[in-house]
Amino acid sequence: MTTDSEILSTMSRTLGDLLDNDSIVLTAATRRSDVEGWDSFTYISFIASIEMEFRVKFGVADVESFEDVGAIVRRLKALRGK
Amino acid sequence: MLWLPEISGFRDKLRGALRQPPEEVFAALVGLSRHRLNALETMQLDRALQQIRIAERQSPAVRLALLGSSTVDHLIPGIRVAGLRHGLSIRSWLGSYGQYRQDLCEPSPALLEFDPEYVVLSLAAREIIAPIALGSTSEEAELALQRGVQDLQGLWSRAREAFGATVIQQTFLDTSAPLFGSFERRVPGSPARLVRRLNELVIDAAANAQVHIFDLALAAERTGLDRWFECKLWLQAKMQIAPHAVPEYGERLVRFVAAQRGLSKKCLVLDLDNTLWGGVIGDDGIQGIVLGEGTARGEAHLALQRYAKDLTERGIVLAVCSKNDPDIASRAVDEHPEMILRRKDFACFAANWQPKPENLRTIAAKLNLGIDSLVFIDDNPAERAAVREALPMIAVPELPDDVAGYVECIAQAGYFETSAFTADDRERAQRYTENMIRKADRSSSHDLDDFLAGLNMFTVYGTVQDVDIPRVAQLINKTNQFNPTTQRHSLEQVTEFCKDGANIVLQFRLIDRFGDNGLVSTMIMRPDGPQSGVLDIDTWVMSCRVFGRELEFEVMNIAVETARERGAGILRGKYIPTPKNAVVRDLYERLGFVKIDSDAGETTLWQLAVDSYRPQSTHISRTPQL
Repeated sequence: MTTDSEILSTMSRTLGDLLDNDSIVLTAATRRSDVEGWDSFTYISFIASIEMEFRVKFGVADVESFEDVGAIVRRLKALRGK
Repeated sequence: MLWLPEISGFRDKLRGALRQPPEEVFAALVGLSRHRLNALETMQLDRALQQIRIAERQSPAVRLALLGSSTVDHLIPGIRVAGLRHGLSIRSWLGSYGQYRQDLCEPSPALLEFDPEYVVLSLAAREIIAPIALGSTSEEAELALQRGVQDLQGLWSRAREAFGATVIQQTFLDTSAPLFGSFERRVPGSPARLVRRLNELVIDAAANAQVHIFDLALAAERTGLDRWFECKLWLQAKMQIAPHAVPEYGERLVRFVAAQRGLSKKCLVLDLDNTLWGGVIGDDGIQGIVLGEGTARGEAHLALQRYAKDLTERGIVLAVCSKNDPDIASRAVDEHPEMILRRKDFACFAANWQPKPENLRTIAAKLNLGIDSLVFIDDNPAERAAVREALPMIAVPELPDDVAGYVECIAQAGYFETSAFTADDRERAQRYTENMIRKADRSSSHDLDDFLAGLNMFTVYGTVQDVDIPRVAQLINKTNQFNPTTQRHSLEQVTEFCKDGANIVLQFRLIDRFGDNGLVSTMIMRPDGPQSGVLDIDTWVMSCRVFGRELEFEVMNIAVETARERGAGILRGKYIPTPKNAVVRDLYERLGFVKIDSDAGETTLWQLAVDSYRPQSTHISRTPQL
């Protein structure tokens, strides 16, 4: 089972790759507005990349409701736990 | 894209590539693009590519505008990376969201300045089919679809008028949910039926309008709609093509553009043991190899042979490259009762103990083909790796472990993409075989004059007629060697040249005692200006299959006579050197032209006074085509 910190580190790397910024470190509390350049288009690409990486599919309601990165991690784990 | 080899540690390899000396970065990026990359890796590679100026890339630039009725922004990196893979530096223009109509009807100054060579229309079907009621009669549905197609035709004309661009129309994906199940396509107004009919109408209309079709719908039928479309992404971002499909979308679109620019592969080179048949002929003997009906494994190898044979019928040349005893190998090919391919189907048969890269070089040289036009099929991963390492320009598909998947793998890789299928294609493989006989003949006749005289050659020639235009355009765009300017012209441009009576557009066929070589040379001469006595040789190409037959001399004899009849006093030619056209460096000099200019890039300009031309004597007689 993947730990929260492993998931966060993969997510940080993925967003870093998308935004070409190696210094991005996501925590459970990070919101989109905290990261420069994390616009709605990048958000869609980010979600798609995470889905491919972890072989899960979020629902449209999930994607619209994530308040922070922690919420994404929780949902991801729930989907993988199934 | 399973035919591309996997890559591990992509991020580190990309960083490594960017640390290379500047002149080597581009080649390193090309190397990365030849691997199986996901969407994110594709985007990263594209970002690195964008840091290299177009002029510094070692591949020709192409300007492509992508216009969509939905979100297409995310497709651009996939297109540019596929360009990298296929030897094209793609500069892209992205239409604003849903503004394709405005972009074409009232192009912005920025788009006009961009001046696209290709306009790709990537549209969703719903705009056309949504207004058609489910209860429509056949006639009503047909009429509504025809109106939609007429609207598209108008847009195609606009793209031509505004930019002189080649138009590529993507076929429409059927993303509808079934309403009736099996009864669906019996209902004239059902979405599934409408989209299918719409695609049929668009494909026919495109053929008449010389618009190219990018058949995404056919690809989706083969590979499954899920591979392309994800309802969620449509709802979230109006993306008709899902992000995970970005690399493959780019690949399929760009391989089609590359085909139009003569970059498709031309020759399929096959290994023998465990590829054309199961087992090792040297160990198992002719009775021991697995081939033919009766066992699944034997049928799988047979299926590969049948596919290769079918490819020859559309103009692909076959060769063998195998580590084997030459006698044992060729006896197996000719004597095994189940073989579909026989020795005569292979234009070149390299079975020996030399390293494969060496043999592949020899095959390309013997067939007079660029080494980058070969595809090499081998079941052995080590041999594949060795060839990729030594000759990265050769396409080497990563075959699946199971022989049952070989054909699908080669087919999906799309190496032999084309935008035309001409009579010449149908007869090409036959001609390569005839050429091999001619070559054997030449080595037996001591004197070249005797050899040429013995061929009983004659040329059938004349001005290009409508029926010749597809082959003429194909020849212009595929010929790299006998092509002094490497000038490319689309089908539309050739049509325009032919329409303008001031131009002289000639075609030449060459026939000899072994057969008809087909339409093998074309020349476009255009006046320097109105009433000018100067004709510029805009384009002159000749197929490599008739090199060394003196045809170029007879072509010039005829060209000069035609020019004289038109009252022209001067012919001008140009030579622009490329890595592939050294064969015509001295062409104009040999024909009696005088050099009038040259520049540092080694481009040379040549001139001939028509009255001072001394006709060249050749072994080719003439039959004008009226």
